[in-house]
Formats: sequence, C-alpha cells, structure tokens
Amino acid sequence: MNAFNAGAVVAQNPIQAQTAGDIPLLSVEDLQVHFPVPNSRLPFAGKRMLHAVDGVSFEVRPGETLGIVGESGCGKSTLSRALIGLNTPTGGRILWRGHEVAGSSAHRDPLLSKSMQMIFQNPIASLDPRMTIEHVVAEPLITHCPGMGAAQVRERVLRIIERMGLSQAHLQRYPHEFSGGQCQRIGIARALISEPELVICDEPVSALDVSIQAQIVNLLKDLQRETGLALIFVAHDLAVVKYISHRVLVMYLGRVMELADKRVLYGRPHHPYTRALLAAVPRPDPMLQRQVRVTLGGDLPSPLALPSGCVFRTRCQYADEACAQQRPTLDMMDDGAAVACIHPQFDTVAGEK
Amino acid sequence: MSSTTMNSTHPLIEVDHLAVRFTTPNGGVVEAVRDVSFALHRGKTLGIVGESGSGKSQTALAMMGLLPPNGAVTGVARYDGRDLLTLKPAELNRIRGDRVAMIFQDPMTALNPFLTIERQMTEVLQLHRKLSRKQAFEQAVAMCEAVRIADARRRIKMYPHEFSGGMLQRVMIAMALLCEPDVLIADEPTTALDVTVQAQIIELLRDLQRDLGTAIILITHDMGVVASLCDDVMVMYGGRTMEYGSAAQVFSQPAHPYTIGLLDALPHLDDDGDAPLRAIAGNPPSGGAAVLGCAFAPRCAVAEERCASLRPELLTFDDADGSQRRRACHLPIVELPGLRTGNRVGEAV
Repeated sequence: MNAFNAGAVVAQNPIQAQTAGDIPLLSVEDLQVHFPVPNSRLPFAGKRMLHAVDGVSFEVRPGETLGIVGESGCGKSTLSRALIGLNTPTGGRILWRGHEVAGSSAHRDPLLSKSMQMIFQNPIASLDPRMTIEHVVAEPLITHCPGMGAAQVRERVLRIIERMGLSQAHLQRYPHEFSGGQCQRIGIARALISEPELVICDEPVSALDVSIQAQIVNLLKDLQRETGLALIFVAHDLAVVKYISHRVLVMYLGRVMELADKRVLYGRPHHPYTRALLAAVPRPDPMLQRQVRVTLGGDLPSPLALPSGCVFRTRCQYADEACAQQRPTLDMMDDGAAVACIHPQFDTVAGEK
Repeated sequence: MSSTTMNSTHPLIEVDHLAVRFTTPNGGVVEAVRDVSFALHRGKTLGIVGESGSGKSQTALAMMGLLPPNGAVTGVARYDGRDLLTLKPAELNRIRGDRVAMIFQDPMTALNPFLTIERQMTEVLQLHRKLSRKQAFEQAVAMCEAVRIADARRRIKMYPHEFSGGMLQRVMIAMALLCEPDVLIADEPTTALDVTVQAQIIELLRDLQRDLGTAIILITHDMGVVASLCDDVMVMYGGRTMEYGSAAQVFSQPAHPYTIGLLDALPHLDDDGDAPLRAIAGNPPSGGAAVLGCAFAPRCAVAEERCASLRPELLTFDDADGSQRRRACHLPIVELPGLRTGNRVGEAV
C-alpha cells in the first residue's frame, strides 16, 4: 500500500515535505512492526500479534529535527530501532532519498549505515567497557572508511572529541572513568564521526541531570546548525522535545495521533491525547500548579488487545460510539497539523500562550 | 524552622546538623551529606532537590536508619521530639513503617517478587497494628482503593510482576500509608513514571495529605514536581544546603546561583523553545574530594576568588512574604543573574 502515489491520499498526508523541491532524506510509509507472542507457555500454543508499531508514516527532511513523543509502551523505541535496522519491520516501507532500504541492518547497504547513526538512551551501558575512548570513537570510521590511514583516523577522532568538549587526555581512558554526561558526549562523537546525514536519538538525555541535559540539547542543536544534520529525537519529555524539534510526532499504542509543526502542536494541539500529555507536564511554577488540572485516567490498554477503532478512545473524554466503529485516518488540518481523531479540538489550551 | 509555618507548635520532624560519611574499602572517606538542617510541620510538604550525588537520598536513608554498614551518621534527626538516630533498633522499628514511612524510588526492586501484594501489605498491619490476617486484608484492600487501584480485591492477590510501573508505585504508596503515618518520605516517587501517571500520583499525594494531614518529605530532581506539591524547598549540592525557603519565594526569586542555574536549565513548556537552554557548565562533583570553599564554585558563572577558598555560611534572611529563607552564597542577591525571562514565574499565566 503506497499512500504517497495516490493523489487523493497525498493531500491528506502532511507527513510529506511541505517545501517543493525538498527531497526527503527519509520517508517511512505505513511502517508496521509486529511481534508474535505465544498465547501460553505450552510449546505449540498459538501466537498472538503484538502491534508495537502499527502503520506509521512520516518524512524527515535534511537539516530538520523530528521529535517523537509518547508514553512508555507507545512504540517509539521500536520505531527508531526499526529505522536503523535493529528491528525488522513486518510491513510498510522505509525509503532513503527515495530508494527503498532493506529491513534489517545486516542486509543494508554499508553506505546507508554510514549515513544513518544512532545515539542510545543509557550512555554508560551503550559503550563497550573494555574499549578505550579512542577505540570507541574511531570504530565506525575504521568500519566505514577502511582505506583511511591511522594518522587520519586519529586526527578525525581528536577533532570530534574536542568539538564535544573533551580533550586529547581523555582518549586513552575507559568509559567507566567518565560521568553520564561525558559518556553521552562520547556516544554522540561515535555517532557523528562517520559524518552521517541523519542521527536517531533514542531518549538521549533522559538519564542525565537537568544541567547536563541542557548541555547535551544545546550541543545537538549547535551540531545541527554547523553540519546540516537531520535528527530524529525520541523522548518522553515534552519540554525537551519542544526545544530541539522542528516538527513533533505524537504516538500512542503504536499509532500516530498527531504530527505537526512545533508551534502548532504546543500552542494549539488538536488531538485529545496530545492535550492530555501536555496538561500532565508539571510546570516549575508553584502558582500555576495549584490550579486544578485535567488528568488522564486509567492505564495504557494492553498492546495485545487493542481497542477497536481509535486506540485512545478508552481514555478519551470526547470519545463516542463512532470512535469505536472506525479507525481514524490521519487528516490534515488548516494549520498543517495531521490529526488522527474524529473529534479534533480547536480552542487554545488554557495556560498556553 | 520551617519557613512558611512559623506557628507556635513544634515541628514534627527536626533535623539538625545531619552529616553522613562513608568509608570506602581502601580507607578513603566520602562525605555524602554535610551539615544539613531542616524542619517539617504536620500536613506540610518539604521538597529536597538536587542533582545526582547531591546527598538528598542519603539524607533520607540516614534519617530512617537505613545506611549500609560503612556509612556513619552524626547530628540529630528528631521525630516528635525523639532522636531517630540514637534509638535502639527495636524502638526504631516501632516508628519505622508505622509513624514514619518511606516510598522508594524504584517500585520494581523495592517489592518482594516472591510474595503477593496482599502478603506484603498485610505484613505491615499485622506487625504494627497487631491486626488479624482478615482485618489486615480488608484494610489493605481499602487502602488500594484509596490510591485508585481498580478492582483492588482481585488485584491485591497478584504478584508485583503482574502490575505496571504506575500501578506498582501506587501499591508502594498504599503500603506506606497503611498505618496512616505522620511523616511520609518519598524518594523520587514519580521518576520512573510517564508524565500522565506522574500527574495522577501527584494528585493522589495531594488528596491524601489533605485527608490524613500527613507531612511529606519529597526527594526529587524535578523542579516541576516540587512546584506541584511542596510548601518549602531545600536545594542541595555536593552534600550541602545551598538554599532553603518557601517554594513560592524560591521559585519566583531564587537567591543562589545554583538554584537559578537549575531553573534556567529546565526546558519550559511555556517558552517558544527557540533560544538555547542555559546549561550549567561542568559536571556534578563526585563527592570524594574535600571541598574547601563553596561546593558549587567550580561550576558557578559568577564565582569570585574567595568562593573557591572560603565556604559561605548558610545565613537566614526574611523573605517578601514574611517567611524565612536561608542561603549559602558570598555574593549579594542583587549581583546574581536574573532568571531567563521564559522561566519567570507568574508571567506565563
């Protein structure tokens, strides 16, 4: 199913690059990642399907940041792992500069893995404890540019390490000698040394202290300005995502709820789920906090037994019978936001500017 | 000496000059908490904030007598006039879990995976209240319903792994509140949770405090959570108190460069999000090295020469609303940088 070739559907598809002539770096079309889960512990028990990512489409243009937010279990990590090839999609297509790429990283063109890199959540656990920092950072370069001389590799490593705010003295040390913030800088250096065009960041700052988190966010923004790098920034912290993203995609139970420009999504969110998420963020203002807030009741439904129709309807205050009947399509609003809801909201949110 | 409640009654919790030292296997000494004092009145909430390694969790563990064998505590931690630090284990056990309860950060590891929730909850009541198994069960179910666990009578018979993180944290809260404690110490109660669940837990704590009059010590690194719940706030760095006062005052007019830095570094939803964040340079201290001057001096943007060599005293001054504020900084308040405009309290409304 290729939604992008059918003219009528394209009009509804705000996922597409809005500026004419801009070739998207990465296009994702109706991507699905389903995992078979045994029904019971018996060896021949039937399998049920866990819909971790269920029909997600979006595009990333060169030099832009797409934020992906949602609660734990919404499929945002599975999605980012599928993009880099660590999970194999069970449906849909991933296109790099218009060319379809293979599902798993083992079958991908090595040139692609050079252009698409990833930064992981736990900075200390994602580095090999037995490798020196020099080795950790140089490894992608040695893999992707086998012809490069040792002196040149070393020079590149030094250049990127210094850009990350570390020094030559750090190169011969091991990951355990560094703090969480420094390890994340090393992780970024490793991701950027092969000069990729897209970096997928899976919760890169959620394990860090606030003051260090700000350092890393600023660093990523600066690097993007300097090199024209595109970023996919996966996080559960809506405020951080607002600072780094140009557009934001909101996921719930493996599906896209809303995809919009940052200003629209935070200023006038249309989807009830986006509104509930934003309302739940605690503001660092004791005066504002004493006001009564609408909170989202209940827990996430099981991904093994998704609600019929709209997956959010079991927790949605606007839900009615129609929501249970049909799965809402991602429709384009006047302000360019794409919303998967049959009761989109249009008033501005109280407390927002 | 609570800053918002200057009434005549004695504070419920009084901590004076608390210090925690750890001896490492190779003979070194790590000073995790240095000279921390605070007070808490009935029905009030104190937030203790700071980054990792600031000593906020160790302060709570020391009060509860839960330090590992290589940890030593000095100072005074009075609950209702009695010093918790000098009590015999048997006496401490009568207070702990009954009058003073604690919620731990990670609900997945704080509960026993081999016992049902029911068994773990009723144990507290059987021990402290001498209730029968049946009475304890009824009370445990009632408490699970109070923290809004749906279908509590059935779910209480389940094991911890059958619950989601948010539900387990509610179980932890229900368990801590079973004996209707006077004081609840909550160590990062919402850190492992999603924002939507966090909002539910915050609301829950607020309701329970209103209904039961529990005093809460909330340990967190999240300034947003502090703003939602706390009357007073104490900001810690490198084991020391940097600033301590009423939350409303500290948030609107922080009087310490570290508090200003923390508030500025916070991404703000009401901001347009285009300007870069104001990060605090450098890394948090590792705790081992003895600090001569102000612990924050190496990362402070406005530090002077004396800051590195002379430790600033924690001095008290009167705040705009009549409450008292303490801060440890050499620089006069007027010379401190202002908050980034987007973070100015009150203007967002």
